Amino acid sequence: MSKIKILTNGLVKENPVFVLLLGMCPTLGTTSSAINGLGMGLATAFVLMCSNFVVSLVKNIIPDKVRIPAFIVIIATFVTIVQFCMQAYLPSLYDSLGLFIPLIVVNCVVLGRAESFAAKNSPVDSIFDGLGMGLGFALALTILGGVREFLGTGRIFDIAIYPESYGALVFVLAPGAFIALGYLIAVINKLKAKN
Amino acid sequence: MEYIMIFIAAVFVNNVILSQFLGICPFLGVSKKVDTALGMGAAVAFVMTIATIVTFLMQKYLLEPFGLTFMQTITFILVIASLVQMVEIILKKVSPPLYQALGVFLPLITTNCAILGVAIIVHQKDLSLLNSVIYAISTAIGFALAMVLFAGIREQLSLTKLPKAMEGTPIALLTAGLLALAFMGFAGIA
Repeated sequence: MSKIKILTNGLVKENPVFVLLLGMCPTLGTTSSAINGLGMGLATAFVLMCSNFVVSLVKNIIPDKVRIPAFIVIIATFVTIVQFCMQAYLPSLYDSLGLFIPLIVVNCVVLGRAESFAAKNSPVDSIFDGLGMGLGFALALTILGGVREFLGTGRIFDIAIYPESYGALVFVLAPGAFIALGYLIAVINKLKAKN
Repeated sequence: MEYIMIFIAAVFVNNVILSQFLGICPFLGVSKKVDTALGMGAAVAFVMTIATIVTFLMQKYLLEPFGLTFMQTITFILVIASLVQMVEIILKKVSPPLYQALGVFLPLITTNCAILGVAIIVHQKDLSLLNSVIYAISTAIGFALAMVLFAGIREQLSLTKLPKAMEGTPIALLTAGLLALAFMGFAGIA
């Protein structure tokens, strides 16, 4: 497979959120605005890329029986790095994402790619796969965050489109996350059926 | 009174699934039948309570005295993963019927973010050990409640005719959204 193909595979064809339906907790929990979704997506993308690379480097050294715990430790290391960098340089984003930063450890997308791609492919391919999947995840979160922010408060990336008083506040709250994602996936199913 | 408030807040007001978005994967994955939803709920309650106690003690007597709190994420996830394995082995030996009922769900629990989430939340909220245990049990009950309610609706829903694009996950998410809307009604209690 060419590098470009690996990269776009995660972005569109096997988008982790819209197609594979993985990593639902941060998808729903952090997308109250487009910028939060983007921040969470990029943090996950970074972890995914680094952990894919390292897992692929050490795949021949780790015995098969303890590979899952070993993968989790590698992932947790990078999550801790992201956590502290974000706390230092982006404190406001860190506060609004809160609990979901440490919870990247248990994001099924990250462990899933380590197990299904990085453990079988070369380090360079794994970086591209991590990047593609990570950007696909970030893209999905940004779209969902944008839709919720737009319907809820009339803004996208904090730029006002229509007055806030016309917004349906429920889309920023918990139920809106489920409803918005449900309709987005339905639209994507419809588009897929057409092709 | 304090304990009752923690209980009501964790079960209804800040329901772990419907308002905190933890443990969505099992919520969508194993909620097609009421029986399996109950099994998963029980397994989560079991592991969540034990995991919270163990990680609480680790944090207070190991990480904090030695200034290792930056290792929190790594230690907690390892403790939880090994704990799940241990619970599985012990249950298999001690209580085969219980193992039969919960066994299939146990391996899935390691990656259930609600377990790690609760273990971290109790330190963010700075609860005492007893309060943490009550919080963990209440959260697990809230999890089971949401699972069973959702599974009940989904059993009915499987008999309904739907537009092709809405089948499966989209309609499940919409249902969850309406359920979350209903749970928002509890917001005034606590």
